[in-house]
Amino acid sequence: MEKKRIIGLFSGLVLGGSTLIVVLFLGIILWDIFSKGFPSLSWNFVSSFPTNGMTQGGILPAIIGTVLLTFITTLFSVPFGVACAIYLNEYARPNTLTNVIRASIRNLAGVPSIIYGLFGLALFVQALNFGTSILSAGLTLGLLSLPYIITTTEEALKRIPNSLREAALALGVTQFETIKDVVLPKALPGILTGVILTLSRAAGETAPILFTGVAFFINGISASPNQEFMALPYHLYMLSTQHNEIEQVRPLAYATASVLILLVFLLNIIAFYVRFKNRTQD
Amino acid sequence: MDGIKLRAENLNLYFGQKQILKNINIEFPKNQVTSLIGPSGCGKSTLLRSFNRMHDLSPDARIEGKLFLDELDLYGRKNSVTDIRKRIGMVFQKPNPLPKSIYENLSYALNIHNYPKQDIPNLIEAALRESFLWDEVKDEMKKPAVKLSGGQQQRLCIARTVVLRPEVILMDEPCSALDPISTKKIEELILKLKEDFTIVIVTHNMQQAQRISNKVAFMYLGELIEYDTSDTIFKHPNNELTQRYIGGYFG
Ligand SMILES: Nc1ncnc2c1ncn2[C@@H]1O[C@H](COP(=O)(O)OP(=O)(O)OP(=O)(O)O)[C@@H](O)[C@H]1O
Ligand SMILES: [Mg+2]
Repeated sequence: MEKKRIIGLFSGLVLGGSTLIVVLFLGIILWDIFSKGFPSLSWNFVSSFPTNGMTQGGILPAIIGTVLLTFITTLFSVPFGVACAIYLNEYARPNTLTNVIRASIRNLAGVPSIIYGLFGLALFVQALNFGTSILSAGLTLGLLSLPYIITTTEEALKRIPNSLREAALALGVTQFETIKDVVLPKALPGILTGVILTLSRAAGETAPILFTGVAFFINGISASPNQEFMALPYHLYMLSTQHNEIEQVRPLAYATASVLILLVFLLNIIAFYVRFKNRTQD
Repeated sequence: MDGIKLRAENLNLYFGQKQILKNINIEFPKNQVTSLIGPSGCGKSTLLRSFNRMHDLSPDARIEGKLFLDELDLYGRKNSVTDIRKRIGMVFQKPNPLPKSIYENLSYALNIHNYPKQDIPNLIEAALRESFLWDEVKDEMKKPAVKLSGGQQQRLCIARTVVLRPEVILMDEPCSALDPISTKKIEELILKLKEDFTIVIVTHNMQQAQRISNKVAFMYLGELIEYDTSDTIFKHPNNELTQRYIGGYFG
C-alpha cells in the first residue's frame, strides 16, 4: 500500500515536473523575444518600408510578402490536398496500392524542408521556368504542406461515422452527393483546423523559399506573381545573421520575431476557436 | 407471384472467404409486416442490407443468386442503385439523423430527387404526421435534428424514409436503442405504415415480433430455418431449432 502511494507520488512529480520544464522554456523564450522586441514595435514598424540599409524603418513588405505567399500556398495545396484525401478515404479500395500511397504521403511529411527548397528550385524555378518568384516559392511551400493537409483531412473524414454515409445513401442519394452534402460539411471543422495549423507552419518556413524567390530587399510592392518578394522568416534570418550592422539591427530582429510569432499565434487561435465551436455544437 | 413484393432466390453472400448467407429463398408479401429473428450473428442484418444494396460499399462482399422487387432484378446491370434505394427505404438500428435541421432531414432527399419545390412543405408535414412526430416538432423545424431525443430521432428517420413514398421499408432493430414508450409509438407506427408499405423488420424482441408481424422468418447460422405465419412460428413451430430459440433455450 505504502509502496503504491510512493510510486504514485513519484510519477506525479516526474510528469508534472516535465510539463513544468517545457512550459518554463516556452515562457522564457517568449519573454526573451517579446521583452526585447516590444520597444521597437510600433504602428510605424508594421506599416513602413525598411530604410537606411534596413537599420531603420519597418517591415511592411515582409508582412505583405508572407501573407501573399501563404495565399498562393493555400490556393495550391488546399484543393489538391482535400481532393486527394477524399479520394483515399471515400473512393479508393483498401489494397496494397493505396496503402503504399498512404505510407509515401506520410513519409513525405518527414522530408526536411531544405529538400523541398532544392526540389522547388529544380522544378518550378528552372524546369517550368517560373524563375525565382513568389509563385515558385508559394508552390514549393504548397508541396511541403500537401502531405500534412492530406493526412489531417483524411483523419477528419475517418472520424465521420459510416452510419451517416449510410443514412444518405439509403435515401437514394449518390455517393458524390453524400460526400458533398453530408460528409464534407460535418468534417469541415476538422479539415479547417488541419489546414490552418499546416499553413501557420508553412508561413514560418525559411529553407523552401530560400532558393525559390525570397529577396533581401525589394523597392516596391507588386502584386505580380513572377516578382521576388520579402518574407518575415527570411527577413529575421537576415537581420540576425547576415547584416553588416548586426548589433544595431538586433532590436529590429526581435521586433520582427515578435510579429512573426503573433501572426502564427493568431492562426493557431483561429484553429483553436474553430475546433472549440465545433465541440460545443455536438 | 400475386401479393409478393420482395423476394430472394438462391441467395449466397460471402465476406471474403466466409459465407454469411447460405442459399436463402424467401418471399415477402405485400402490405404485410415480416419479422426476421434469430441469434446474434446469424445474418439478419446482412440479408436485409442485400435488398437495398448496402453491401455495394463493402469491397469484400460477394453476392450470388437473384433478388427481386416485383419483377425488377435488384442487381441487374442496367438498374440504377439510387432508384432502387429510393423504392426500398431503410431504417437503421441506431438513429442516424443527418447533421442538418429537422426540416432539412426530410427536404434533403426530396430535393435530390427533384420533387417540385411547392409540394415539399406539404409532403414533409404529411410524413411527420404519419410518423407521430408532427405535434412534437412543428414549432422547431429549424432545430438541429441531433438535439431531438433518441426516440424522436428514430421517428424522424422513419419520417425521412416515408416521405419518399418507397414501396418497401427495411428496418434493422429500429427499437433496440429506445425506451418502452418510444418503442410502443414505433410499433403503432409500423402497424399503420403497413397499409401503404411492405415492411421487413429485424428484431430480437419476441413479444414485439408477435405483436406486429404477419409472418416470421427464423434464421440460424446464415440459413433460413423456418418461415411461416406469426401464429405458427410462435405457437407450434415445426422445426426443433425454432422451438428451442422461441423457448429461450439459446441466444
Ligand atoms: N462488413 C463485414 N465484413 C465481414 N464480416 C461481416 C461484415 N458484416 C457482417 N459480417 C459478419 O457476418 C455475420 C452476420 O452478421 P449480421 O450483422 O448479419 O448478423 P445479425 O444476425 O444481424 O446479428 P445481430 O443480431 O447481432 O445484429 C457475422 O458473423 C459478422 O461477423
Ligand atoms: Mg444485425
